[in-house]
Amino acid sequence: MSVAPGYYLALAGLMFSVGVVGALTRRNAIVIFMFIELMLNAINLIFVTFSRMWGHVDGQILVFFVLVVAAAEVVVGLAIILVISRRRGTANVDDVSLLKW
Amino acid sequence: MIDLAPYVIALPLAGALLLLIFGKRIGEAAGIVASAAIGVPFLLALAMLVDLLGLHAEERSVIVTTFEWIEVGDFEAAARLLVDPLSIVMVLVVTGVGTLIHIYSIGYMHGEARYARFFSYMNLFAASMLLLVLADNLLLLYVGWEGVGLCSYLLIGFWFERPAAANAAKKAFIVNRVGDFSFLIGIFVLSASAGSLAVGQVNAEAGGMAAGVATAAALLLFGGATGKSAQIPLYVWLPDAMEGPTPVSALIHAATMVTAGVYMIARFSPVFEASGGPALLVVAWIGALTALWAGLLATAEYDIKRVLAYSTVSQLGYMFLALGVGAYSVAIFHLVTHAFFKALMFLGAGSVMHSLKGETDMRRMGGLRKAMPVTGWTFMMGWLAISGIIPFSGFFSKDAILASAWHEGQFLLWLIGAVTAALTAFYMSRLYFRVFEGKLVTPGNLHVHDAPPSMAAALLPLGALAVIGGAINLPGALTLEVFLEPAVGHSEVPGGIVPWILGAIALVAGVAGIAAARFLYALPSGQKPLETLHERFSPLVNATQHKFYVDELYGRAIVLPGKALASFCANFLDARIVDGAVNGVAWLVGQSSWALRRVQTGYIRNYALTFLFGVVVAFSLLAFRGVL
Repeated sequence: MSVAPGYYLALAGLMFSVGVVGALTRRNAIVIFMFIELMLNAINLIFVTFSRMWGHVDGQILVFFVLVVAAAEVVVGLAIILVISRRRGTANVDDVSLLKW
Repeated sequence: MIDLAPYVIALPLAGALLLLIFGKRIGEAAGIVASAAIGVPFLLALAMLVDLLGLHAEERSVIVTTFEWIEVGDFEAAARLLVDPLSIVMVLVVTGVGTLIHIYSIGYMHGEARYARFFSYMNLFAASMLLLVLADNLLLLYVGWEGVGLCSYLLIGFWFERPAAANAAKKAFIVNRVGDFSFLIGIFVLSASAGSLAVGQVNAEAGGMAAGVATAAALLLFGGATGKSAQIPLYVWLPDAMEGPTPVSALIHAATMVTAGVYMIARFSPVFEASGGPALLVVAWIGALTALWAGLLATAEYDIKRVLAYSTVSQLGYMFLALGVGAYSVAIFHLVTHAFFKALMFLGAGSVMHSLKGETDMRRMGGLRKAMPVTGWTFMMGWLAISGIIPFSGFFSKDAILASAWHEGQFLLWLIGAVTAALTAFYMSRLYFRVFEGKLVTPGNLHVHDAPPSMAAALLPLGALAVIGGAINLPGALTLEVFLEPAVGHSEVPGGIVPWILGAIALVAGVAGIAAARFLYALPSGQKPLETLHERFSPLVNATQHKFYVDELYGRAIVLPGKALASFCANFLDARIVDGAVNGVAWLVGQSSWALRRVQTGYIRNYALTFLFGVVVAFSLLAFRGVL
């Protein structure tokens, strides 16, 4: 038996909203990062849902792209966060506001 | 030989370039090189004249093509030279008198620091003038016209260390520019209405032009001539041009430059004729008034070179008077004789200055004829020639002009001319008596020496020409007038007893002028009547000595408003409006960026929030419009 797509979409929407709120409210770079991953996975879930719903393979393929990009992003992002925390001893994003007027 | 015409221009041009580049190495030989570069063209011109005389009178107009110069669409201007009686006479004067002046300069400029450069400019001057007179094309003529202007600037300002010379050079150039502008517009008008710039075609089309167009073109051309040939209202540059070395003055006044306007009007006489009167009348009246005006000014000058300068302006006025009454060949005749005696007198004045360590004030000299006989005697020839004493050259040409004016029924013009003749004799005699007659006076009792050989070598032939120059137009076999007829048309000369009477009147006027000058300046009791005269007419004398305040008038009426306009443009239009607009835009951009950069907080969550907000707005818009 199959679960109705609406549930998957609702779950994905919930995950995405949690991710947005988390990314906006938290100060720790790592945590923000994790919330962003949460948003990405919410999107992945939507892709898969629609893919299954319409019987198309396109959504599944796009998920692979998202995963690859997310992996690359994690590599670069974690490297930056690592360097910042080494130099400043903190991963608080509010302390890193040099790129402004 | 006529095909060699391009070399007449090319040789002095080559000389100029050679001296400009290698002048320092050539050193004092530069004078000889330059004299050869202008002397050989004179010989070429003589050969061309012989060839021209070999042709039938109607065929004496040969076009020598060198190369195609400009060809754009319908417009074409070829570098063609026109060899006809008019241009060959001009070439002979320019090269002949020019050569003598060059030879004279060898001695005069000896020891000068920029010796080679001086001769380079002189050669360039001659080359420009030769291009001007030989050009068969208005555009090519204009190149020579501007070249002459440039060289006058370079040579008047030759001693540019002296502020007076630098200013005089600028004045000459700027005043000429005013005339050149008018000339250029005239060329445009002719080009538009005749459809060509070739001399022959313009003159052929002139008859078919509307009278208004022809008058406009003629007056614009004449405007150019007033600049180059120093006529009212643009004559003011010529007296100041005396700041240049004296041979330059001789070259400007006799051979090159100022004769350009006379030549140009004679060359385009059909255009002036086509206007049907008004343009020619303007030329005649401006000429006559200039002759009188400059003659009056000359009476009050104490600087010998400036007296000669005003006398040139006055004599040029005579030439324009002749042009204006349609006696083109007579004008050219006077141009030739004037070139002889004016070059002679300038070189004589230069000889005096050379001997007196640059002194030009005639109040500080006297009795020089006995001390420097060559200069004195040759100057006397020039003086008698310009005073119109028979049988010297000036008598014939001046008399011919007056006779032409009378013949045209312009009695008032004739009267002005006759009065000016007396005036001319008066101021030239004043100069002559003061400088060369009476007791020997020199500034600081200098030892006076006569002209060195190279200078005498120029003075003597010119002296001879001043005496016998009138013979080229004596009624006889081949006179100048008959020779020029194919080029400038026939000029009517009255017959019968009238010309003899007119000649006698002109002669009497000349003698009267000399007698008056002798009474005032040469007799031992001379000082007394002079002083009474000065006292009685003191306002007039004063005004004359201030050159009738023309320079002041131009200063107030033209230069001051011009400066005010320039200052307005610079300080208000440019500084406020133009710069203001630029600076204002920069200020606006700066201010708005200052306000906008507050957005860049540097807090990453801030950016994320904005981003989210933007996404929400975009999606709600799409949803609202029913796309999703």
